[in-house]
Amino acid sequence: MDLIDMSPNLLLVVAIGVLFTTGVYLLLERSLTRVLIGFILLGNGANLLFLVAGGRAGGAPLIGETDPADMSDPLPQAMVLTAIVITLALTAFVLAMAYRSWQLHGHDEVQDDLEDKRIVRLAAKNAPLYNDTDAEEDSESIDEQAAEARDETERGTP
Amino acid sequence: MSEYTWLVPLPVVMPLFAAGLTLALYRHPRAQRVISVVALSLMVAVGVGLLFLADSGPVVVDIGGWAAPVGIDLVADRLSSLMLTVSSVVMLCVLLYSLGQGITDGDEAAPVSIYHPTYLVLAAGVSNAFLAGDLFNLYVGFEILLAASYVLLTLGGTGERIRAGSIYVIVALLSSIIFLVAIALVYAATGTVNMAQLAQRLPEIDPGVALVLQLLLLLAFGIKAAIFPLSAWLPDSYPTAPAPVTAVFAGLLTKVGVYAIMRTQTLLFTDGRLDTLLMWLALATMVIGILGAVAQNDIKRLLSFTLVSHIGYMLFGIALASQAGLGASIFYVAHHITVQTTLFLVVGLVERRGGSTSLERLGGLAKIAPGLAILFFIPAMNLAGIPPLSGFLGKVGLLEAGVEQGTALAYTLVVGSVVTSLLTLYAIVKAWNKAFWQTPPEPLPEATLPRTMVGPTTALVAVGLLLTVVAGPLYGYADRAAATMQDNSNYIDAVLGEDGRGEGDSTDSVPNPGIDNTPVPSQSSSPDDGSTGTTDGGDS
Repeated sequence: MDLIDMSPNLLLVVAIGVLFTTGVYLLLERSLTRVLIGFILLGNGANLLFLVAGGRAGGAPLIGETDPADMSDPLPQAMVLTAIVITLALTAFVLAMAYRSWQLHGHDEVQDDLEDKRIVRLAAKNAPLYNDTDAEEDSESIDEQAAEARDETERGTP
Repeated sequence: MSEYTWLVPLPVVMPLFAAGLTLALYRHPRAQRVISVVALSLMVAVGVGLLFLADSGPVVVDIGGWAAPVGIDLVADRLSSLMLTVSSVVMLCVLLYSLGQGITDGDEAAPVSIYHPTYLVLAAGVSNAFLAGDLFNLYVGFEILLAASYVLLTLGGTGERIRAGSIYVIVALLSSIIFLVAIALVYAATGTVNMAQLAQRLPEIDPGVALVLQLLLLLAFGIKAAIFPLSAWLPDSYPTAPAPVTAVFAGLLTKVGVYAIMRTQTLLFTDGRLDTLLMWLALATMVIGILGAVAQNDIKRLLSFTLVSHIGYMLFGIALASQAGLGASIFYVAHHITVQTTLFLVVGLVERRGGSTSLERLGGLAKIAPGLAILFFIPAMNLAGIPPLSGFLGKVGLLEAGVEQGTALAYTLVVGSVVTSLLTLYAIVKAWNKAFWQTPPEPLPEATLPRTMVGPTTALVAVGLLLTVVAGPLYGYADRAAATMQDNSNYIDAVLGEDGRGEGDSTDSVPNPGIDNTPVPSQSSSPDDGSTGTTDGGDS
């Protein structure tokens, strides 16, 4: 079924692609500030996607200003506006959270789950109980190494 | 019936209004308390009213008087009103509990002044999500409740809460973006976001495109509902919040995701192409979630894992896509909201009495606080599904529906749910033995439980028992809700009416628009002739 002429603007599509890829890349970082920038880029990518979803660009959707046949679709624009407001508010919140994290720890990195670390330590402690004697010859089990590797995100001096 | 349609927007508007009022009265904690309690009590009343109204057919409100596919509408059908009622009862009890806690701790200063507005906004968001008649309004509902939940989770801004909060916030933001992208694609493919109209148009578009849309929506809702591979964020974030906040999150937030999956699966994507996938997801969620619970040594985290695990039961009912399965699933959601919230409230009391939630440090509570032991025991057994409690009835309903389906996968799931149920019992009994019966490693601190906190908890335990007592009518209601959901023409007719328009006024369907036309030309075609184009931009 052919609903609308959906041959989108190539430039917009490329822009959406770039925003999404860079956004996802930044979202995978550990620093909250970078994650936030990633979220902003993703949000803008989604907003552009809405514009593409609205079909071809046309005149301003005002009665008397534009012939109804030439109007662009106002609904996605209204939705984009709502989405922008929401993104703005959440950006402010995450910014405040990153600042608070920096205040508390001196960095704004997303930290590991403490309970997970505790379980890893417990596993490391119990390892000799179920490992065979040959394995005990190794000075460090994999669990212990993992436990140490994760310690780098331990809370700094307050 | 139609003279009562004004009831429908109230659950959204009232708490929002009350939130503004409490924010303005931030200097008067007493007034704040009164306003919040009154607003939520009224919500309960409206919820019960809608429960009866919706039993004779969905109640639809076209906001601002715009007719349905053009305007935004709120729809209260049986499922929405049931969810609305249960959630507002739970929210009221949790509010009373947190008031009790606040009064006892004497912290009438900073956090309380923002606690009330945020909590009420959360209530408004949950109601909006339940009542939303179009996808974008559902998104807005989600955002309202999520924004409020971010604030509640990081309340006070202590190190531990910021740590847990940042993971929660980022995951939730990601799921929101996915949801937003899905809405944009839905609009691009169909030219509408109204769910009733979507239900008519989605079968007409390319099945491949529809499948992509369905998967994207499922992905977004799956993160919110904490379905297995997307559930890793939950057990870490929830336990760090204050006890009442954890309780309300555990009870409600994931259920909003489950509700959204239920709605999209039954209304929009009725061809059931993802039912097999959903079944596998349900199995994985149940079994892996409960294995996580068994490994935990902290009651709060243990309960968080059981929460993940029991989402699997609801998903199982949805995946069965039969009336029996859906009905059992709806009943289970109502039961689980109550029970999970109660358990977290009781654990809040345990923490207060024992000074910890770690099973290593607790012990002997049954001797020093026998009342607390009873308060924990009843919902715990209810969660594990011991007859004759409501958890048992819900599970039996699901098992029957699974056996009725009769496929190999359904039988696997039936076995999986029984195993999960037994493992839940094991995890709960472990917690029960360690916290209440073992000799404490070191003497517990002296503390008394304030009556203001025990009271609401007892009330919620009573509500849990009441669900068992009224299980017959409630199950019947859930079954009727499932029956109407099975045939989505009920919903479509209620929203769009006979001529494909809602009850409101909008003149955009006249061929030659006048000066008072709505500025939404894209909706000018009637829903059943989508081939004539939906946007002017495309036709010219």
